[in-house]
Amino acid sequence: MAIIYDLFKGLGVTFKELFKASVTDKYPKEFRYKPKRFHGRHILNRHEDGTEKCIGCELCAGVCPADCIYVRGEDNPEENPISPGERYGFIYEINMLRCIYCALCVEACPTEAITMTSLFEMSVQDRESAIFDKDILLVDDDGNPRSHEEQTNLTDPNDLSESDGWMIATSPNGKIDYENVVGWKGSLGTGVKPPEKGQVTESKEKQGEDQL
Amino acid sequence: MSIEFLISIIKVLLVLGLLLTNTILLIWIERKVVAGMQARVGPDRAGPFGIFQTVADAIKLLLKEQIFPLNASKGMYLLAPIVALVPSFLIFMIIPLGPDLNLVINGQDIDVPLVGADLNVGVLFFLAISSVAVYSVVLAGWSSGSKYPLLGGIRASAQMISYEAALGLAVVPVIIYAGSMSLTDIVSSQQGHLSSPFSIPIIEDVIQLIPKWNIFPQFVAFCIFFIAAVAEVNRAPFDLVEAEQELVGGFHTEYSGFRFAMFFLAEYINMFNMCAITATFFLGGWLGPTFSNVLPPIATVFLPFVWLGVKIFGLLFIFIWIRATLPRLRYDQLMELGWKGLIPFSLAWIILSSLTLGIREFGLPWG
Repeated sequence: MAIIYDLFKGLGVTFKELFKASVTDKYPKEFRYKPKRFHGRHILNRHEDGTEKCIGCELCAGVCPADCIYVRGEDNPEENPISPGERYGFIYEINMLRCIYCALCVEACPTEAITMTSLFEMSVQDRESAIFDKDILLVDDDGNPRSHEEQTNLTDPNDLSESDGWMIATSPNGKIDYENVVGWKGSLGTGVKPPEKGQVTESKEKQGEDQL
Repeated sequence: MSIEFLISIIKVLLVLGLLLTNTILLIWIERKVVAGMQARVGPDRAGPFGIFQTVADAIKLLLKEQIFPLNASKGMYLLAPIVALVPSFLIFMIIPLGPDLNLVINGQDIDVPLVGADLNVGVLFFLAISSVAVYSVVLAGWSSGSKYPLLGGIRASAQMISYEAALGLAVVPVIIYAGSMSLTDIVSSQQGHLSSPFSIPIIEDVIQLIPKWNIFPQFVAFCIFFIAAVAEVNRAPFDLVEAEQELVGGFHTEYSGFRFAMFFLAEYINMFNMCAITATFFLGGWLGPTFSNVLPPIATVFLPFVWLGVKIFGLLFIFIWIRATLPRLRYDQLMELGWKGLIPFSLAWIILSSLTLGIREFGLPWG
């Protein structure tokens, strides 16, 4: 009798399931929410005045466990400087086939030049085009990430302002809850990214000091 | 050419069209229902709600290359899909779809029975033809010269022999009740309402509202018949012939293109037939409320189809529901259920129902 009870119990479960919403995401058609700190493709950010944030220090290439980043820095041209500092990233290449999306490059970057996005459509026709260079990685003049080929509209621009690198880079004290002051300069396109829970922006901290 | 001959040809063509379009619909319904039960979406690309998915699949299968296995025995290999498909069309012939239709053609009054052939041994015909299907599985398994399909074929023969017995025995009480082996008679024997064995006022009234379908007095026989029917058409949880996990799909892997499609078609038509037979034996076939004082007289022609369709698709839903719920039985469990469960139960039920009928007809032997 227990078997018959179990049989009908099982049938009941599947019948109830028939009236619940499906969990399928209709992927190429519909936008799908991607969580904060999603480790997608990298981008190279720019300052709000349009100059590149990368200073060609090669720390990202040094820290990369998969050895997929190749950077060569060069002195800024004096007339028309590409980045605010002395040097800039002359060559910047990431081999997307080797990258393990660990975001150590994002943590290592002293100028927040490289961050991760929620972009994940990275299919290529051959192995050579899987090496993304500055043409693809560097954001365009409006601050939007560029793409190696046409993408479906899967990224909400708001996602980019919550990119993962910001979280990690603002916790130099090693606390897991990232309690610290956001010491970020604004990026082209996204501006100064809003603080998360437990964080304060530099300007707010100054306000606090003024009050004291 | 006589009018009767012409009418027969029209009937055959209509049934052929019905079975083929119905298969297309049924595969889509199955995929959608199973997907719904598994929190998925199912086919939704081809046409509205993906309803043309099966059509697209059929076209794809037609255009595909027909692969011929190296070790296959040629004649048998080519014969197997045909042996699968032909009996599945034959079974539907004996199912009554409605009452006789009165037509007036050229001033002639013609009664058209809405059944392919009203055989007086219809039940035996059904049992015989449905067993032919086992040959297709055995032939397909053996002739393709591959070991897994062969195992599937051997399983199929053992499974079908054991469940055929239960299937046949479960029909016996129905035949005893109807007093005939013709399916038309079995349907007409279920006309009317139940008569109450007690004369308690309210219970009597309630019982007299229930239609006199065989499922109510013969519920045990219905359960046995239905379980055996699921096993007979090799559906989950009795799909040991195909058993993707152990036999890698069985003989399905050895066939490609339209030969595979023929097996697929046969499977779904068999499923439909089994449900139609179950509806005829136990659920009163095309019988149902006629609403003759509400609906126009033309409706009396179509209502039987509607009632039969509702019953068949209700049963098909249960087939699909079971498939989405139950895991496959192990081989020994299958045999145990067949020989130790269904067959003794059906034998006992035959004795019980004949005793009841005998007592009702002739009174107690000592009374």
